[in-house]
This record gives sequence, structure tokens and C-alpha cells, in this order.
Amino acid sequence: MNSTSTHFVPPRRVGIYEPVHQFGMWGESFKSNISNGTMNTPNHIIIPNNQKLDNNVSEDTSHGTAGTPHMFDQEASTSRHPDKIQRRLAQNREAARKSRLRKKAYVQQLETSRLKLIQLEQELDRARQQGFYVGNGIDTNSLGFSETMNPGIAAFEMEYGHWVEEQNRQICELRTVLHGHINDIELRSLVENAMKHYFELFRMKSSAAKADVFFVMSGMWRTSAERFFLWIGGFRPSDLLKVLLPHFDVLTDQQLLDVCNLKQSCQQAEDALTQGMEKLQHTLADCVAAGQLGEGSYIPQVNSAMDRLEALVSFVNQADHLRHETLQQMYRILTTRQAARGLLALGEYFQRLRALSSSWATRHREPT
Amino acid sequence: MERVRDLASEKAAVIFTKSSCCMCHSIKTLFYELGASPAIHELDKDPQGPDMERALFRVFGSNPAVPAVFVGGRYVGSAKDVISFHVDGSLKQMLKASNAIWL
Repeated sequence: MNSTSTHFVPPRRVGIYEPVHQFGMWGESFKSNISNGTMNTPNHIIIPNNQKLDNNVSEDTSHGTAGTPHMFDQEASTSRHPDKIQRRLAQNREAARKSRLRKKAYVQQLETSRLKLIQLEQELDRARQQGFYVGNGIDTNSLGFSETMNPGIAAFEMEYGHWVEEQNRQICELRTVLHGHINDIELRSLVENAMKHYFELFRMKSSAAKADVFFVMSGMWRTSAERFFLWIGGFRPSDLLKVLLPHFDVLTDQQLLDVCNLKQSCQQAEDALTQGMEKLQHTLADCVAAGQLGEGSYIPQVNSAMDRLEALVSFVNQADHLRHETLQQMYRILTTRQAARGLLALGEYFQRLRALSSSWATRHREPT
Repeated sequence: MERVRDLASEKAAVIFTKSSCCMCHSIKTLFYELGASPAIHELDKDPQGPDMERALFRVFGSNPAVPAVFVGGRYVGSAKDVISFHVDGSLKQMLKASNAIWL
């Protein structure tokens, strides 16, 4: 099992470095092409060219003449045919011109390949985010490098890809119906579907956390701008309320008060969970550093730290529970139409963060 | 079991915890933030701890056994329940009703 697992790590880990290898290889082939260039001919036409020169067919100007055989030929013939010097010089100029054109074409080709590579890298990133790496049924992760092959995580990445697609679809639908006319019963069913969709994400995350809580906590399944706001494997509900508050329809005084209370409750609960997490970090660090550091045997420390880590899963679940309850409470406070607007705003906020991530990721790659 | 009941009604807010439990720490923090000062009973420091843990699980269905929160002598629930009641505002009301907080 280990041989397959070590087999499986490199594709993902080394993925980042692959472009470098590619460029390295191209660099070498570029060098070899340059050295060919001094001979002014690509490899495959050297031989016919030489044959022609051996036969003294000097009218031929379609191929380069600056290579060593040419030089030899030129020196040998100048004394006997002085007018040939002019012809040779003209041929050289022509060959040089062609060489420059070929070099230009080659550089252009390199440039196109570079763009293609960038495109491929982006596709790879996207595919990775949607979880298209192959799960291979390995279910142990005792060596800690297994998040890439944990089948539970592979399934989660796949599911999350679908989840985002479905969310995009729901946002489109909400946008359309809010601009048109729709009765409250239909609108309510759309709103409830959108809420259920978020709850479904919490369920998915909970089983993924069981499979590998570090993966869920790392936010690797989200885009980079979304990760920037990460708090215990997701968004801070109070942050979202802050962002969304100006985008609701006009709220009554009572609603405004309720939303402010909710925001405060969220902040308090977030603080409480954060403090618990801090305590977990402290006890974990104490656990790992227990006994004498540097004596070489640390199996008991690692084992007791493993027990402490179990608590991490409950923090991810509790944070999602807070998100769940906050959504529910918002829905209680708002009317159906307000809730629909809120969910649309929330969904579009996530869409914009995802768009920001991809713009940021490609900013240096624009051809200059 | 008797001891759980006695301790639970000793003060307006009571939390059974374990010293090693980080989620307990979170729930304690939440109560302090609300202005309450709950009585804390650490089961792993109490000689009758294991018995009380079993009682919490058996009688109140508290799973995991800690944190187990009581307000006004009545069982409120585990961490998850406390967060639910906190978000919908009812925890604050419970605390007020049993004079654990005044504001």
C-alpha cells in the first residue's frame, strides 16, 4: 500500500514545479536550436545541403551556407573564382536573413507554448479544485501526507465542485425571478432550496472533517480569496452579516434590532469558539513538547497529541452549526422576499470572491 | 445522580466540564461574555466524576457528557444546544429568568 501511496503523492505535490521542468527542457532544446542556427539549417536538412555543396551546386540559395563545410568550400574556391566572392556574400546575407526569420518564428512559437502552458496550468488548477484526481482506495493516512488520496476527501472535492455549480445555478434563478413577478409561495420554495443547499454543504463538510479534519480546516477546497477570510473551516457568520446588511431591502426598526442582536450573538459565539481553539493549540503544543525534547523517542507524545486532535473535528462541526443557526435565524427575522434578496447577495458575494481569486492568480501571467 | 442534581441547582448557571476539554472552555467563555458567572464542576478533578459522567449521559442524554449546561437547575444541553439557544436569543432569556444575569 505504501508503494502506491508514495506513487501517488508526487503528481499533486510536484505539480507546482512541473512548469519549471518544462521550461528547463525547452531551454535545452532552445540551446540546441541555437547551435543549429549557427549552421543556419535545422537538423533534418543538413545532409542534403552538404551533399549539394560537395557537388558544387552553388546556385542553391534556399539553405544556409555559414556552416563549417560551407566555409571550407568558400576558402577553397575563392582563389580560382574571384566573382564567386560576391555571390557567396549575397548568399550569406540571404542565409542570415532567413536565419533571423527562423529565430523570430521560433521565439514566437515559444511564446505560444508558454501561453498554452499557462492555460493548461489553470485548467489543472480548476480540475484539482473540482477534485479530478484519481482516488485509489487507500484508506490509511498514518503517515500524514495522505490528504491527496483520502477517498473521503476525494469524494468531498468532487461533491463540492457540484455544489458550487448548483449554487451558481440557484443564484441565476433567484436573480431572474426577483427581477420579474413571482408569487410568494414559489419564492419561498426557492429560498428554502437555497437554505437547504447551504445545510447540505455543512453535512458534506462534517463527513469530510471525519475523513481529514486538517484538509477541511486548511480551506484548500476553496479559492484563495475565500481562504483569506477563513475561520475554523469557513466564513465568520458575523462578517457575512456585516457585508450583507447594507444590501437588504428596507428593514423595519424591529428587524434592524434583531439583526444587530444576531450579529452580536455571532461575534460572542465566534470569540468563544476561537478561545477554545486557542486552548486546543496550547494543550496540543504542550502535549507534543512533553518530556525531553531531543532524546529521539517520541511515540507517547505523538499518541497523546493524536487524542487531543480529535477535538478539532468538534470545533469544525460547532462552527458550521453556528453558521447553520445564523442562517435559520436570519430567515426567521426577514420576510421571504428579503431573505431571497439576502441569499442572492450572499451567493454573489461568494461568486465575486471566486472571480477575484482567479483574476489574482493570473495577474502575472498576462503577456506583456 | 443525586450529586449532579444537587450541584446543578446550587447556582443559577452551572456547567459540568473536564479540565482537558477545549469545547468546555468555549462554552465557559460564552457564559462569561454574557455576563454570567457559572459554577464550574470539573469531572476529571472530582472523585465522583466518572459516576456523574455516567449520570449525565444516562439521564440527560448528554453525549459527549461534557460540557453539560444547567440554568436555573434545569438541563439546557450540550455545546450544540447552547449555541442554538444563544443564536436565537433564548439563552439570554433563560439566564435573565433565573437571575444569572440582570441586563
